[in-house]
Amino acid sequence: MSTPLLEVRGLRVAFPGQEGLREVVRGISFTVGCEKVGIVGESGSGKSMTARAILDLIPPPGRVSADRLTFAGQDLTRLKPGERTRLRGRRIAMVLQDPRHALNPVMTIGAQLAETFRLHHRLSRGEARRRSIEALDAVHIRDPERVVRLYPHEISGGMGQRAMIAMMLAPGPELLLADEPTSALDATVEAGILETLDELVTARGMGLVLVSHDLDLVAAFCDRVLVFYAGRIVEELPARDLAQARHPYTQGLLACVPRLGERRRELPVLRRDPSWAAS
Amino acid sequence: MAVASEQDGLAGLTEEEPRAHGALRRLLGRVLSVIVSVVLTVFGLLVVTFFIGRVVPVDPLLAVVGDRAPEHVRVQAAVELGLDLPLWRQFLRYLSEILQGDFGNSVLSGQPVLTDIARFFPATLELATVATLIGVCLGVPLGVLAATRHGRWQDQVIRVVALAGYSVPVFWLGLVGLLVFYAELGWVAGPGRIDVVYEYSIEPVTGLMLVDTLLAGDHAAFLDAFWHLILPASVLGYLSLAYITRMTRSLMLAELGQEYVIAARVKGLPERLVIWRHVLGNIMVPLITTVALSYAYLLEGAVLTETVFAWPGLGLYITQSLFSADLTAVLGATIVIGLVFIGLNLLSDLLYTLVDPRAR
Ligand SMILES: Nc1ncnc2c1ncn2[C@@H]1O[C@H](COP(=O)(O)OP(=O)(O)OP(=O)(O)O)[C@@H](O)[C@H]1O
Ligand SMILES: [Mg+2]
Repeated sequence: MSTPLLEVRGLRVAFPGQEGLREVVRGISFTVGCEKVGIVGESGSGKSMTARAILDLIPPPGRVSADRLTFAGQDLTRLKPGERTRLRGRRIAMVLQDPRHALNPVMTIGAQLAETFRLHHRLSRGEARRRSIEALDAVHIRDPERVVRLYPHEISGGMGQRAMIAMMLAPGPELLLADEPTSALDATVEAGILETLDELVTARGMGLVLVSHDLDLVAAFCDRVLVFYAGRIVEELPARDLAQARHPYTQGLLACVPRLGERRRELPVLRRDPSWAAS
Repeated sequence: MAVASEQDGLAGLTEEEPRAHGALRRLLGRVLSVIVSVVLTVFGLLVVTFFIGRVVPVDPLLAVVGDRAPEHVRVQAAVELGLDLPLWRQFLRYLSEILQGDFGNSVLSGQPVLTDIARFFPATLELATVATLIGVCLGVPLGVLAATRHGRWQDQVIRVVALAGYSVPVFWLGLVGLLVFYAELGWVAGPGRIDVVYEYSIEPVTGLMLVDTLLAGDHAAFLDAFWHLILPASVLGYLSLAYITRMTRSLMLAELGQEYVIAARVKGLPERLVIWRHVLGNIMVPLITTVALSYAYLLEGAVLTETVFAWPGLGLYITQSLFSADLTAVLGATIVIGLVFIGLNLLSDLLYTLVDPRAR
């Protein structure tokens, strides 16, 4: 892995507020190769904003700056807006959190999939439809011929997220960002979805960034973990070493994970220290 | 893996089962409820118009027999009109007459009111339709532009333009328009629907001047009708544009932050498609209501505009009838307007179900 797939150096995202600019991502650096990288951190620590900044989808009036932001050796900061748009979906894609909101409610699943195929592969209508059915089959949706005709409100959340994964993988991207892809779903569906995701990502040799609240899940699923705190990365370590994390914040997060069969008087309070984000 | 997939699949199946079975029954139920609600609304409309007719301080006999008729003539006329019957009998009589399409005779023209309305309504219909077309064709893109350039100068300009449409009186706009574009610049034709030169050579087939002149194959007359129509239609179109722009803008703004919009962008769709296919598809339902409302409003007959432009439409008809205390004509026209309103509501209800899969 000489050149990493994604290289981020000193990424910053700021929103103008009452007292000037408020930085929500404050100089983050990491790389992603053809591997599975987990991002954990409490709510508001800037995980989603980091993912969106990579895709150039920070809503106005947000501002993004980076010392270095390259994808497969290509400098993203130098690209024209049109070229950046063309990179989206085709080479970097993202699975969003809740399929109930992230799928267009007035278009059929088939139309939303076919649209992606037609956009990136210039296929005919019939061909796009055939490929959509194949794609749904690949994410283990039963009876895809029927599902392409359904609207998002007519399918379950788990099925919706599978369709979303199929849609985002349709153009054959090299990197997939998954922003809490299962946190809006039942725990029973979660394992299946992640397994499918893993299967496809491994088969295609893609890079995956998995954002999650769930430390156990990340430890089991990913190769490497980045721990976010207040817009910074406070610790980066191999997933299997997560239990031995040295940073007090990561230790605090771990201590908050409820264990089966364990009895607690009260939940521990997460320790926070502004100085961790200052360094 | 197989287990999880099974679960997802089953969840989907159980959701779809009642869909296949109940589709026909739901459709029937819908049609039935629509019929019931239309019947009730029309009944309510007739009750209201009937009692307005009894309550207003206009002597219905006055218009029939004049103010110098001897007492026995008045009594005879009252009996003929059924005015001596108890109120509920009068209402039943009114109801049965209306249902048979008998709206009474206009005192002013001596013609059945329906015949009069059939003559005046097309002018209003033509004006309102062209105005609404202008309002939609300009208002929707302007609203979209304002929303996508939220807070920037384009947005500010469009907001001022829309606000002016709300606050400037329409008769003033009409007068200034006539002064500038007709009297000064001579770009458009003056008041009326068509030049007297063509007035009697055009066979009134549909009553819509643009269509009738085309049917007659008279291009000069068509152009003349067009230049007569364009100014009043623009004035009313501006009114409709102001409303449609404002609604489109706020509907778009509410929708732009939604997750599915981000998802569409993530897929790599160009912004043009994100806006016009995904976002617009989602605001279609409230947008249809907006357009239907503004159309219905214009169909009532824009009284002031029709007066300023001497446009022989429903608004003008009602005003003239009011001034001559011709209550039969006023109420007849009111019923027609009410029916148009109900019809448009029905149409936009119908369009919902076509546009929004969740409403099916
Ligand atoms: N449009 C915006 N304007 C201003 N501030 C914003 C905006 N969007 C997000 N933020 C702020 O950015 C910070 C980081 O948000 P982000 O969504 O990245 O958090 P997160 O780590 O993904 O949290 P969660 O786990 O809840 O998803 C938050 O404090 C949030 O308030
Ligand atoms: Mg988030």
